[in-house]
Amino acid sequence: MIVSFIQRAVMQGIPLLYGSTGEIITEKGGHLNLGIPGIMYVGAISGVIGAFLYEQSAETVNPILAVIIPLLSSMLGSLLMGLIYCVLTITLHSNQNVTGLALTTFGVGFGNFFGGSLIKLTNSDTPSIALVETSKCFKTPLPFAEKLGWVGELFFSYSFLAYAAIIIAIVVSIFFNRTRKGLHLRAIGENPATADAAGINVDRYKYISTCIGSIIAGLGGLYYVMDYADGIWSNNAFGDRGWLAIALVIFAVWRPNVSILGSILFGGLLIAYNYIQNLSFEQQELIKMMPYVVTILVLIVISMRNKKENQPPASLGLSYFREER
Amino acid sequence: MGTPAIELKNITKTFGPIVANKDVCLTVNKGEILSILGENGSGKTTLMNMISGIYFPDHGQIFINGEEVLIRSPKDAFKYKIGMIHQHFKLVDVFSATENIVLGLKDDGKYNLKASEKKIREITAQYGFELEPSKKIHEMSVSEKQTVEIIKVLYRGADILILDEPTAVLTPQETKKLFAVLRKMRDSGKAIIIITHKLHEVLSLSDRVSVLRKGEYIGTVNTAETSESELTEMMVGKKIELNIERTKVEETPDRLEIRKISCVNREGITLLNNISFTAKAGEILGIAGIAGSGQRELLESIAGLQKLNSGEILYHNPTTGYTENLRDKSPVKIKELGVRLSFVPEDRLGMGLVGNMDIIDNMLLRSYRRGKSAFLERKKPKDLANKIIEELEVVTPSAKTPVRRLSGGNVQKVLVGREIASSPTVLMVAYPVRGLDINSSYLIYNLLNKQKENGVAVIFVGEDLDVLIELCDRIMVINSGKITGIVDAENTTKEEIGLLMTKNDGGESHE
Repeated sequence: MIVSFIQRAVMQGIPLLYGSTGEIITEKGGHLNLGIPGIMYVGAISGVIGAFLYEQSAETVNPILAVIIPLLSSMLGSLLMGLIYCVLTITLHSNQNVTGLALTTFGVGFGNFFGGSLIKLTNSDTPSIALVETSKCFKTPLPFAEKLGWVGELFFSYSFLAYAAIIIAIVVSIFFNRTRKGLHLRAIGENPATADAAGINVDRYKYISTCIGSIIAGLGGLYYVMDYADGIWSNNAFGDRGWLAIALVIFAVWRPNVSILGSILFGGLLIAYNYIQNLSFEQQELIKMMPYVVTILVLIVISMRNKKENQPPASLGLSYFREER
Repeated sequence: MGTPAIELKNITKTFGPIVANKDVCLTVNKGEILSILGENGSGKTTLMNMISGIYFPDHGQIFINGEEVLIRSPKDAFKYKIGMIHQHFKLVDVFSATENIVLGLKDDGKYNLKASEKKIREITAQYGFELEPSKKIHEMSVSEKQTVEIIKVLYRGADILILDEPTAVLTPQETKKLFAVLRKMRDSGKAIIIITHKLHEVLSLSDRVSVLRKGEYIGTVNTAETSESELTEMMVGKKIELNIERTKVEETPDRLEIRKISCVNREGITLLNNISFTAKAGEILGIAGIAGSGQRELLESIAGLQKLNSGEILYHNPTTGYTENLRDKSPVKIKELGVRLSFVPEDRLGMGLVGNMDIIDNMLLRSYRRGKSAFLERKKPKDLANKIIEELEVVTPSAKTPVRRLSGGNVQKVLVGREIASSPTVLMVAYPVRGLDINSSYLIYNLLNKQKENGVAVIFVGEDLDVLIELCDRIMVINSGKITGIVDAENTTKEEIGLLMTKNDGGESHE
């Protein structure tokens, strides 16, 4: 039971980990992208569209193509969303909060529109699309997992996207702390004028970091549909995972490696109500609130300790015009 | 000494109609410290910004090691081994010294903070700096931050160093240390330019001094062959007749009495040091001093915006005859006491007016408390706005134009007009004519004179000594938060004020 709880918690946590890693990269460059929920949603529906078209057109499903096509279409969808955000906030200096919120609204609408259209195309009885074949390809577990008993179930039973999420988070952590480019990106998020004076191309860094962040976040959406939901898309099933991912950024104090553990904790808190006996409906809802409560507590603690290293990047949310020096 | 490291010939730079630098010629030799001396707004920083690639000169040539060069960007300046240490540090707070120093470098091989740290330690040992490379910037004192800035340019191999008022933020002990380091750098063959307006520093540190006044190059002298009075004269120049009328008011009772006020900021730096003076009704008291000598803090403490550590601010109320102590009272409290205080701050759109609101709404900011109903009373502010526009000749499409869109002079007229309209007994103005053309300036002078005739105690913080001498009755000179003298405007000279402004307030030797 404990093993299956942790397993489910990890699977709940992975989309959040993708979202928060993406958001951390973006925020380290000084941009608060509140469009992440929308971008994750678009990442999911883009993958679904890719998979749907492939499943419809192919006679037999080639497992490699069945993975690569949804993967690429998902990445393309979230990249485009990221580009919209970049053009608006970096080039045109529009307000980041407003742009992000608009993007979230747009992304959810976009997803529901195409989701609904696909559901109509399939003429199915339930309001959902089932991409079972594709999901199977995504969910191929490691071959030796079953032989290792509970150890295998706990550590090796996940799909490749789950391991990718953890590897990406670790790589991003190393990038921030051990590379010159990481140093430059952090400098931009803290003090773009200083970075500019040091000869760093601020806008280019911001574009690249925001777009890469969007792509990573979008993969969280794809993981949700293909792995967690077994390839079944129904409108709005993704829920508020995007917002949880943003909360996780704060919880992890802008560190992707902390975010790995944080995501599993959040995942566990999200499903805890299923594992506690005899809960009333109200109590269940209260327990579902836990990740947000924990985030607020973390915010209170880091504000009270007021340690400079744990604060958000200093110029987060501010546009940078060189002329305003 | 002898071989020139950098030579400027006939450098001219204009910003619109304002000439910031006109035909400036300078030479700095290798192994030499050159001071550039001048008052505020004399074009020192503009000139240095042209050397470091932030501005591009309109005319003139720059030679480095005898070859003519074009410096179009800070990158070009790096290439010619020019490094500038700005007055405002460009550092990332949460980074360590090392991370800040290597920021933006590309040609340094592998990213290896350990190796960079080693190189930094070599530099600090060579010149005698004190710095821990792994310390975070936000844990550092101002002088340590400055050290990081200096090492940053040395790390990039700069041979020509420009320091913009490096001692403005330092304690005397830190200044001494800095000077020792600068001398070491000079001895190792670097060319150093230091911008300052502190005469004693010029005399103790530099080999030669170049003086600028109002953007024009006045001359260069060898430090060994000059004196404070010669330099002061070069700096302030001859007196100019301005023909501002000065009326004498018969009765001048004491209105505001400042007794021994002192104030220390969060970093422990003294902003106001034991200041005592009296402002009289029917008199304009001028305050002169180098920018940042405590003028702002002085006015703000009277207005109730600055906490004091000691002293008293006494107000003699002409209607009730009572004396009130205004110290540490909020502006609202001060108003409730019946003190009619008006303050035209230096930062017009930050503290004085709200840029996005129109003229009428800005009038409301001072009167909104007066209304009795839940709704705003808009009629009177509207009349007042129109009156100010008419009387002060404010150029604006209408009273409904956001203040932000008016020109500097018109913004100032709106602000001064509003403050005067509340018929104050004490009127404090800080740099009221900054950025204004001649006509607008005279309009403001006349307004101040009229207030004085009406028995208002006017406190005028200004930067143009000619204006101060012609307009004010008495002039108080402050230097680093201390009064260095109060002189009678009719019997003083620019040289006397200039000397007081830069006077080293005794005791501290800078070697």
